[in-house]
Amino acid sequence: MRLDARIPAGPIEGKWERCKFEMKLVNPANKRRFKVLVVGSGLAGASAAASLGELGYEVECFCYQDSPRRAHSISAQGGINAAKNYQNDGDSVFRLFYDTVKGGDFRAREANVYRLAEVSGAIIDQCVAQGVPFAREYGGLLANRSFGGAQVSRTFYARGQTGQQLLLGAYQALERQIALGKVRMFTRTEMLDLVVEDGRARGIVVRDLKTGEIRRHAGHAVVLATGGYGNAFHLSTNAKGCNATAIWRAHKRGAAFANPCYTQIHPTCIPVSGDYQSKLTLMSESLRNDGRIWVPLRKGDTRPAGEIPEAERDYYLERRYPAFGNLVPRDIASRAAKQVCDEGRGVGPTGLGVYLDFSESIGRLGRAAIEERYGNLFEMYERITGEDPYSVPMRIFPAVHYTMGGLWVDYHLMSSVQGLYVLGEANFSDHGANRLGASALMQGLADGYFVIPYTIGDDLAARLGEKVSSDTPAFSEVETGVRDRLRKLTSIRGKRTVDSFHRELGQVMWAECGMGRNATGLRRAIERLPGLRAEFWENVNVLGSGDGLNQSLEKAGRVADFLELGELICRDALHREESCGGHFREEHQTPEGEALRDDEHFRYVAAWEWAGEGREPVLHKEPLEFEYVHLAQRSYK
Amino acid sequence: MRLTLRVWRQAGPSAPGRLVTYELPDVSEHMSFLEMLDVLNERLTEKGEEPIAFDHDCREGICGTCGFMISGIAHGKMPATTVCQLHMRHFRDGEELVLEPWRSKAFPVLRDLVVDRGAFDRIIQAGGYVAVNTGTAQDANAIPVAKADADVAMDAASCIGCGACVAQCPNGAAQLFTAAKVSQLALLPQGQPERWQRVERMVAQLEREAFGSCTNYGECEAVCPKGVSLDFIAMMNRDWLRNVFRVRRESRATGGAG
Repeated sequence: MRLDARIPAGPIEGKWERCKFEMKLVNPANKRRFKVLVVGSGLAGASAAASLGELGYEVECFCYQDSPRRAHSISAQGGINAAKNYQNDGDSVFRLFYDTVKGGDFRAREANVYRLAEVSGAIIDQCVAQGVPFAREYGGLLANRSFGGAQVSRTFYARGQTGQQLLLGAYQALERQIALGKVRMFTRTEMLDLVVEDGRARGIVVRDLKTGEIRRHAGHAVVLATGGYGNAFHLSTNAKGCNATAIWRAHKRGAAFANPCYTQIHPTCIPVSGDYQSKLTLMSESLRNDGRIWVPLRKGDTRPAGEIPEAERDYYLERRYPAFGNLVPRDIASRAAKQVCDEGRGVGPTGLGVYLDFSESIGRLGRAAIEERYGNLFEMYERITGEDPYSVPMRIFPAVHYTMGGLWVDYHLMSSVQGLYVLGEANFSDHGANRLGASALMQGLADGYFVIPYTIGDDLAARLGEKVSSDTPAFSEVETGVRDRLRKLTSIRGKRTVDSFHRELGQVMWAECGMGRNATGLRRAIERLPGLRAEFWENVNVLGSGDGLNQSLEKAGRVADFLELGELICRDALHREESCGGHFREEHQTPEGEALRDDEHFRYVAAWEWAGEGREPVLHKEPLEFEYVHLAQRSYK
Repeated sequence: MRLTLRVWRQAGPSAPGRLVTYELPDVSEHMSFLEMLDVLNERLTEKGEEPIAFDHDCREGICGTCGFMISGIAHGKMPATTVCQLHMRHFRDGEELVLEPWRSKAFPVLRDLVVDRGAFDRIIQAGGYVAVNTGTAQDANAIPVAKADADVAMDAASCIGCGACVAQCPNGAAQLFTAAKVSQLALLPQGQPERWQRVERMVAQLEREAFGSCTNYGECEAVCPKGVSLDFIAMMNRDWLRNVFRVRRESRATGGAG
């Protein structure tokens, strides 16, 4: 496997401009001769499908949800970054680029990140024009806030529902193209495999989740925008349906999987309350702007928060990181919470929690101001926990939230399979080892609105006149495989439910490959997972048939893929003998307990190639060059 | 606590359905309603009975996927709460609850508590957007929008498209859903150029679907998990009526439609 990132030559400010000029174009009248399959309808997928439809391509778009409006992008609360510098506080494209590379702990590709920052402003323009109701100041202009570790106010937001509003904007653009006949939408339809012919992505095999029908779709290009794989950990902030099946199947058909171990653990989630827990709920990081994080100074202090005097509280982030305080990046905040809980100073019934306290800011700004900023988040907290955060501090604990790793892509967002593109969280490209807050929405929309519409033409232009058909031996073979697997799943009729396997996988992943990782634990996980997989295929119990709506069958297929991906995540974590961003190897830390990178040996993207069932995956390295950002130990002190 | 659930079971769109009774002897008050169903489904599977199908995804009250009737109330009795955010501490030991899918001809049942809400997407297709191709937008701050307008537009835009409004309405009307989108865009300068054709087309699509008519019962607002206000229906109706006269005036000015 040869990995060529296709980064344009020349100074970084001119790379995208140059790339756009050098790429081949498809004549407007010829675009309708190309069919593009877009899998996923979140920010990246919906914006891509809509924009490609507007350009004139024939688009087919697929989502497992009952409507494209429900993709998990909708849950993003806090905001979207853009280098508009509307606040006159010194922001610029270069600063957003610099912050993103640094925040990613120097494990992202400079050229991609620069382009992301460069197109960020146009995203805001586009969304406002669509009628996205962003927050505004009294003068009528757009409001901004500072977010998760940024020292400028560059985050645009729509109450605590920014993801929802941006997604509805993209969804409405998509529905408009559907009405115009340019996009055909397939809801409640799940991609179960990729078809590759002569080294090129030729289509997908899908299952209609309502009827169970297996169908083939052929196209000139396939775009995967299917989100992240955080549910490999079972409990995460991801929606229940979020899954890795599309990217994992593509991986097994030749797409390299890059940096799978880079997972983001979000510091501000509601703690687990019992075994029945089905998912974890994120509280927006924006809460850290006005909330102060603390634990009791003393171990085992079980007094209610209100009875612990000021002098006996440890505002540990403010103490350890005076410059950034409660606004340190996510990976650092999460690890610090784990440390105080490991010391026995955690709060709440399980001891796995820290306080996020608003009493000081309510005193300073008044309850009304806090209600205006966070009202819906406070309500959500109260609904779930039964506690009123205006009067008692919130309890929070880190949870798996986002995966920076994903399918390897080049500068055009093409994977290592020709004609297969990967957008948004599903790819690996922009966030390095740690994503900054409010950058996921930016990346999803950048990829969908402003990158793929340009880059896809370069590959398609040379293919004018190529006929695509799903009536080929390659399609038949893939379809047979899909059918066999579904039949197998419903015929095992073992003793354990799908959820019980998922829970067990999650326990292994969280214990051995969570906030802190070490070689012993990772080896233990790598030894244990094949056994769990084998048991799954002998003992899982999926009732019913594949002939209609069968939610257990859907889950079973996804969990089967997580059981394989989980092992790759652990292997990647084991091989990366350094700590960087969300990947913290306990063997590699400074005397103060901070992450210790090893730029000499690990300044590369780890891209794994599938080598076949039962074989160890093959590691390929894409070296990372830093010409513009000065490599340094991150310091937020 | 101990609960008795009577749940609508229906194997497929055209299969007959019936209420089946399940006893849950040990529900924790900290569970969410859907986590209680997860536990029940695990037990059913272990006993060899097919689990209850229900729609859900984010479990944070924002994606709008979940929803069914709990003893006659869409999303259950807690105000402004989707069923995924409804916690068991609000129920009493020994209670009996009846779970049924959304009640609406426009939302056919697919299986158990799962319905098809495709009609909502078709209403948006009819005009619930601003027709602006990618790349054509001017600078985001070029047009100031009064904060009050932006805030009310956001109130309208907070609709999650769950369908509770339709399910609760004695007429099965979808006015609240449609009005939320019409009003959001009518309140913003970006929505003005298509304002009149939007309301006309979206209302026309609404009438083509199998929804009922709005007679201002207000039950939609009462069960809306996002508290979308009935005022938006009034705003939509006003715009719709104004458009009727606009069309009439224009056709007179151009000498009639022919």
